[in-house]
Amino acid sequence: MSAAPAPGPTRSDVEDFLYAEAALLDDWRLSEWFALFAEGATYQAPTAGAPEDDDPTKSLFYIADDYVRLRERIGRLNKKEAHAEYPHSRVRHMISNVRITGVGDGSSDVTCNFVVYRSKNGKVDTFFGHSLYVIDWSGEAWRIASKRVVLDMDMLYPGKLSIVI
Amino acid sequence: MTVLERTAEAAAAKSGLVMEDREHHLFRVARRAFVEEDVLEEERRQIFDRCWLYLGHGSEIPNNGDFVTRSVGGRELVFNRDRGGAVHAFLNSCPHRGATLVREPRGNAIAFQCFYHGWAFNVNGRFASRYAEGNYGEGHYSGGCADLVATPRLEHYRDFYFINFDRSAVGLSDYLAGAKEYIDLVADQGEVGMEIVGSDQRYFIDANWKLLAENSVDGFHGVPTHSTYFDYLQKVGGVSMGDANNRFRGAMHDLGNGHAVIEYPSPWGRPMARWTPAWGEDRREMIAQQRARLVATFGQERGLRMAELSRNMIIFPNLVINDIMAITVRTFHPLAPGRMAVSAWALGVKDEDERLRALRLFNFLEFLGPGGLATPDDVEALESCQRGYRNLREAAWNDISKGMPRGADAHTDDEEQIRCFWREWDRRIAGGWA
Repeated sequence: MSAAPAPGPTRSDVEDFLYAEAALLDDWRLSEWFALFAEGATYQAPTAGAPEDDDPTKSLFYIADDYVRLRERIGRLNKKEAHAEYPHSRVRHMISNVRITGVGDGSSDVTCNFVVYRSKNGKVDTFFGHSLYVIDWSGEAWRIASKRVVLDMDMLYPGKLSIVI
Repeated sequence: MTVLERTAEAAAAKSGLVMEDREHHLFRVARRAFVEEDVLEEERRQIFDRCWLYLGHGSEIPNNGDFVTRSVGGRELVFNRDRGGAVHAFLNSCPHRGATLVREPRGNAIAFQCFYHGWAFNVNGRFASRYAEGNYGEGHYSGGCADLVATPRLEHYRDFYFINFDRSAVGLSDYLAGAKEYIDLVADQGEVGMEIVGSDQRYFIDANWKLLAENSVDGFHGVPTHSTYFDYLQKVGGVSMGDANNRFRGAMHDLGNGHAVIEYPSPWGRPMARWTPAWGEDRREMIAQQRARLVATFGQERGLRMAELSRNMIIFPNLVINDIMAITVRTFHPLAPGRMAVSAWALGVKDEDERLRALRLFNFLEFLGPGGLATPDDVEALESCQRGYRNLREAAWNDISKGMPRGADAHTDDEEQIRCFWREWDRRIAGGWA
């Protein structure tokens, strides 16, 4: 007797979703990127060197956005007055090592590795690390219920997280 | 005489890099001061080797045996509490052959041992290895030549620890001068003290370190640079920016020795203790209780000042304590004329209610830090200044004159607090130049 197929999307489905997400960020289609997030979603980046399960209510992060602040972060980045990113830097996200680490009722836990390059003003910034997602696939369109960007760097050499990783 | 001619003439005084002409309300700083290696060398000798430099907060090493490693003033240091509870600052180099002794950023230890040849030390710095006779003379064990080297001076004020590499420097209390009153306004917020909350933010800026000293207390840049943050505050925070002419009206205080502060009413919420509509009704009562406690403890005037007013303070040369939408402690060190390393922390009330602690951290990140809605634009501004100084051969001077006609009645968006920094910088650098 063969085992029933695991519920939920395959790794290949997840990869397609993450690649599409990355393309929106690389193309600065930030409003479309924000639309991938479920209402009530969170977007977080612990400080470099902090444990990946750090708690933003107890420890200082770089970013600990609720849904509203994430919306406003994106609204801000769409303005010319977001000086660090105007004119826009050039950005490329590399996504790899995608794994589905858990499957719940209508959602999956996903991790992937990333390298993100940003160039501006004659300087190249490199961000590397891994991301932890909860992806809700219960509805017609998939939604990101949470995304945590864990920088696997000991310090933030580029000086700012002005782009979306 | 034209302004430019006056600049050249006045600059001949002191370091030649700062010129102040009170009669014509002109204050200018040479852009060379931000780019030249020999200026940085002079700063290392006259400022970083002689001023009190912030090392860390006592709450970072709460238990006996706790340690953190730090880079301060170009040195690598260990900041630790020994088994008897005494606090030390050691140079993080093995007395044997110089290897970095403590290689973890933080931890707890009953002894330090060098991985290279195995020399070991008690956490009070005393050499603890014992070798068979014939390996070392007696002086190695009793003479101190194998003990860890401590920084020449280590003192604290209200749990803020500072070091000084100059044995003959004035004491910390005299050095801090008027800044102590403003440290008190922060340190008094907790009934049982204050503490650094969780991780630090360590990042680098491709700009001269003095640009961050200026920026950290610069009320003038707030609205133009951070308009998107103020848009956010009004839209989500439910706050009103008020009349542009009265915005951020407060006071600037010269605290002596190059230290300065601006203190002002601000539109943002303050966990201790100014409620803002975005925080919801459930937190309104908690904030009101905090405010009532401050007033009950410190009286109406000082209590409300602590609750209501924001403060940006520079303690010369490189410590910033900003009590704004949260409290940040920030220090920064030059790595090169055009690059600095920044360390920033959140300071919170010890034993804080967990809902208020969460609010404090959430509020910190709305503005502050490399992922905040404002600090990245400061970093951009500083780096763009540094790039702008490539033109210094033809465009040689910064202007820091705003508010000079107002004299002592400086506004918070004037530049008098920045002039306080530069006058001290000039005085110290001039002492070393031939």
